[in-house]
Amino acid sequence: MSEVLDRPLNQQDSSARTRLRIIDCDIHPSLHSRADLNPFLAKRWQDHMKTYGDHLRTPYMGTTPYPRSSPLIARRDAWPPTGGPPGSDLAFMRKQHLDPLDVEFGLLQVLDLFIFSQQNLEFGAAIQRAVNEWQLAHWCSREPRLKAAILVGQDDTVAAVEEIERCAKLGQYVQINICPRANEPLGRRRYWPIYECAQALDLPLGVHVGGYGGHAPTGGGWPSYYCEEHQSNAHTMASQLASLVIEGIPERFPKLKIVFIEGGFGWIASAMWRMDQHFARFRSEVPHLKRKPSEYVREHFWFTTQPIDEPDEARHLRQLIEWVGVDRLLFSSDYPHWDFDDPRFAFKTALSDEERRKIFNANARALYKL
Amino acid sequence: MPMTRIDCDIHPAVGGTRTTLLPYLDDHWKEQVVSRAIDGLDLNSYPPAMPLSGRPDWRPESGKPGSDLSMVQRGTFDQLGASHAICNVLYGAQAVYDPYMASAFCKAINDWIAAEWLSRDSRLRASIVIPLQAPELAVEEIERRAGDPRFVSILVLAQGEMLLGRRHYWPVLKAAEKQRLPLAIHAGSAYRFAPSSIGWPSHRYEYYFVEAQAFQAQLLSLIYEGVFGKFPELKVVLMESGVSWLPAFMWRANKTWRGVRVEVPWVEREPAAIIRDHVRVTMQPFDAPDDATSVEDIIDQIGSDKMFLFASDYPHWQFDGDDPIPPHLPSAIVDKMCAENPLETFPRLKLAA
Repeated sequence: MSEVLDRPLNQQDSSARTRLRIIDCDIHPSLHSRADLNPFLAKRWQDHMKTYGDHLRTPYMGTTPYPRSSPLIARRDAWPPTGGPPGSDLAFMRKQHLDPLDVEFGLLQVLDLFIFSQQNLEFGAAIQRAVNEWQLAHWCSREPRLKAAILVGQDDTVAAVEEIERCAKLGQYVQINICPRANEPLGRRRYWPIYECAQALDLPLGVHVGGYGGHAPTGGGWPSYYCEEHQSNAHTMASQLASLVIEGIPERFPKLKIVFIEGGFGWIASAMWRMDQHFARFRSEVPHLKRKPSEYVREHFWFTTQPIDEPDEARHLRQLIEWVGVDRLLFSSDYPHWDFDDPRFAFKTALSDEERRKIFNANARALYKL
Repeated sequence: MPMTRIDCDIHPAVGGTRTTLLPYLDDHWKEQVVSRAIDGLDLNSYPPAMPLSGRPDWRPESGKPGSDLSMVQRGTFDQLGASHAICNVLYGAQAVYDPYMASAFCKAINDWIAAEWLSRDSRLRASIVIPLQAPELAVEEIERRAGDPRFVSILVLAQGEMLLGRRHYWPVLKAAEKQRLPLAIHAGSAYRFAPSSIGWPSHRYEYYFVEAQAFQAQLLSLIYEGVFGKFPELKVVLMESGVSWLPAFMWRANKTWRGVRVEVPWVEREPAAIIRDHVRVTMQPFDAPDDATSVEDIIDQIGSDKMFLFASDYPHWQFDGDDPIPPHLPSAIVDKMCAENPLETFPRLKLAA
């Protein structure tokens, strides 16, 4: 770790660029405890949670299948002095993250309770609704910089649409989040009502890494180590990009905007090249595609930047950014997780003021209408 | 004598179990395949009629692309200019559930390719097809065929039953290292699980796209399980994996390793450095953009001129025309990928034979 932390800062980091206020598209708030949800949960579901717990497609009741690199995957310094898990204390989040890094807006991404992966879909819908209410009550109403997403599990598509419509009426949420690992790939027809709804409401569709869909984390099977599982997050996102594009979601829902969160962006260029390379050969299988796959990506998809790639050569990161396109990138920190990207140091290559303005602020401002 | 240009990935096709392979099965399996009509094991990854599975001008009038030796010779050597070629047979033996059936079919495929292809054209070499379903049977098959120098590598699928680095497979990897046979991982699936973590896609186009990630998972498995520390002479060849994903994959692997290497203390070097030393990749498909600058950038980012191996993927339809070399590759790379790199990667590939 020290090799990374002790790396000398680039010249640019000592300049006055940090005056740019940032929009952080991936901040993880946390419940202090599950009881925080009781005000928003029917007695039946409170009892259910205590009695039956999380029914996931994973082996353990009390932890994730691949033990992670730190407790609650958090930065060691992110545990609030008041007790409770990292991300659970608004005052500490302000002090440690929002204020010193001059965060103008932060987008909340709730991962607690494996919210997307509950096998009991009714229970899943109940806690999604509760978390959606809790976000407003505990975070957004107390801190106007923080913006919530409507969290819905896509496998009960009817309930998901109902919850999206309920929340959208409140006018407080800035996107709709679904899970990249569920029963089926995101492009499949069963999920289309959600996209229709998102398009009609003009809310971006957010897809944050994580979840347990029951499928092996890689196309080669179940790995042994967390370091394998962690990198497979990028594979998951690339697969979903292909599913959404090749099933023709941008063609069918031309105004839909899709944001991939915490997938990083290193893999995007080669994903576009590979789809384009083989488009001619498979075209007769997908006549619903009217344009080259990369064209859909460049118009309909956005990508948050963390975990940012760290090639040894600064010029390689520069090439990557140009391949993906500055307009597609949204800065994210992943606070308070261990692989947090600090906006002051994360981009280890030169960016123009205009590029910096877009990545750290303007792209997200326009997309989320902040 | 044409200049040395070794095509590291061509695909002769097995007509069928009850036809092509029947003479190479023992009495038990002869009886079984006939009485049970066990046939049609073409991998679901490559439906013979699908455009990718056979370029139009490489399709025989009858039979599957790659099934006619003289047509393969004309395509690979006369048209595409190879001096030698490595046959990688993609037939369903690796996907069979019954380990004894798998073993019998692998043996039959290896004996068939030796008798009907390698013995008829001294420019051909082959990979040994092995029944990974039962590692001890796979080792037996490697040892059985290792005495024949025309077999230059071991062929496995990118999506088999388990990730290849796991200890379960170490006896196979040990035998590969001992016999100086690189482990050739080829695109294709045994359909044991969904092709990616998101589940079963609708289209073959999606399936083919995500295969690149299965290769990435295999590399991570081989690296993090410590295979290259345990078997330092082992080489791995990715075949039909695509190439342009390598840079970002290597960056991400390095970053992840720096962050969580405490989990795998036996991995003492950056993953990218291990990849450059131990991993080779065939150059069709390359999956690059159209412009020369980006191609040069990708090569520069990969940071090795040793990794690239010339290949046509014949009869798969990866390109049009007569030149399998992807456009815009720097000439220094082209020079090395045709002869020097294959000869270094496949030490048993002695061209005088």
